[in-house]
Amino acid sequence: MKALHKAALLGVAIAMGAVTSASADVTKIRWGTEAGYKPFMFKTADGELTGFDYDIGNAICEVLKAECTWTEQAWDGIIPALNARKYDAILASMSITEERKRVVDFTGKYYQVGYRFVGKSAAGLTIEGLEGKTVGVQTGTVTENYLRAERPDITIKAYPTQDEVWLDLAAGRIDAGFANKIVVQDGFISTDKGAGFEMFGPDYTEAKYFGEGTGIAVRKQDGELKEAITKAIAELRASGKYQEINAKYFVFDIYGE
Amino acid sequence: MMDLSLIAENAHLFAQGVWVTITLVSMALAGGVLLGLPMAIAQSQRIPVLGRLAQVYSYVFRGTPLLVQLYILYYGLAQFEAVRASIFWVPLSNAYVCALIAFTLNSAAYVTEIYRGALLNVDRGEIEAGLACGMTRRQVMWRIIVPQALRTSLPAYSNEVIFLLHASVVASTITVIDILGAGRTLNAQYYVVYEGFLTAAVLYMAIVAVLTLCIRWLERRYLFSKA
Repeated sequence: MKALHKAALLGVAIAMGAVTSASADVTKIRWGTEAGYKPFMFKTADGELTGFDYDIGNAICEVLKAECTWTEQAWDGIIPALNARKYDAILASMSITEERKRVVDFTGKYYQVGYRFVGKSAAGLTIEGLEGKTVGVQTGTVTENYLRAERPDITIKAYPTQDEVWLDLAAGRIDAGFANKIVVQDGFISTDKGAGFEMFGPDYTEAKYFGEGTGIAVRKQDGELKEAITKAIAELRASGKYQEINAKYFVFDIYGE
Repeated sequence: MMDLSLIAENAHLFAQGVWVTITLVSMALAGGVLLGLPMAIAQSQRIPVLGRLAQVYSYVFRGTPLLVQLYILYYGLAQFEAVRASIFWVPLSNAYVCALIAFTLNSAAYVTEIYRGALLNVDRGEIEAGLACGMTRRQVMWRIIVPQALRTSLPAYSNEVIFLLHASVVASTITVIDILGAGRTLNAQYYVVYEGFLTAAVLYMAIVAVLTLCIRWLERRYLFSKA
């Protein structure tokens, strides 16, 4: 009975969504995120969320005149928790990939950067030289999927958060890390732990593995929210607000082409 | 809803996970008994200094969560250059070894408490009988008290075995691909929820089923067949 009731309500909700104009009635957005991804999403010394993603999320809510709340969630459960309605959208530097599109929908991208390897400068690592070496990645990310598919010659170590990859790379348990190059630079190389480390190899951008940029994920049935957020991002680009936030963190335009 | 083919395709991942979990837990249990039994004897016999040390040890390891112990060992110690430069780094740089050390130390603390109680509960009459036969105190300890304690503590110890098996899932948080690690890898790769976790749950249950049978057999053999 209860399930039937829920299904009926859902039907009504979808029907209502179809007739009302997009963005008009998005009054509240509950963002889900994961905070181990400096400079996009991390925490200040007193435990507050901060970063590029955080500023973009709040700016989107400003445009939509919606109320914003933030919920933290471990990365390996971030999509299941969205579908379980713990929050309404994922704003956590998630790459828009075909595989993820099977379970969630994405807004248009809000930034796009390549992925690179990082290792000890003294080790002089190359892409070919990684054969037989150990590379650390965050579990459930595009970098993990790429390595599993394309580099069976590498031992992959998967960590719950990106910060733990940096800890073990600094400790010398792994030979290299592989991540979003901005995160490699700001989250590791420019920190104390990352002294003596450098990036190597090309910029990985191949859409098949690394997606078509970074987007915001919403549930499949939330077309209205998806449209509203996509429009809000475009509006942020047009109004100069995006560029203002961009300048706070980066010296170049991170939106990409 | 459930995609069974996904599990079948990744059977090797789970097989590897089962192997890692079983070896990790059984070695830790063996190490726990080797460390815990002497500590239990030291405590129950009130051996000066050693007895007190054993008491502090079991308080520290039972007083803190296993996950915290594992993180201190794995991420904490790695922060010190001195540790990384030392000979200890050879084992500590390996996640599997770190998990094994943490599980062994943790299990030893619980085993100490289980055996301490059992050692104290051995019937005085049996001890006196041994002494009356002319055994030395040492002989009484190894021929009467310890075997009796091992026997009577079987039910409590079997709980520790199952407890440690379940607690061993924390290994998956430091990159060890145990059973839960395999489940998480599957979930992360295909963005699913149930497949990985349910397969892991079924595998743990299967191991517990086998363990329970072994424990029943041991209990029948050593606990209830006094005649």
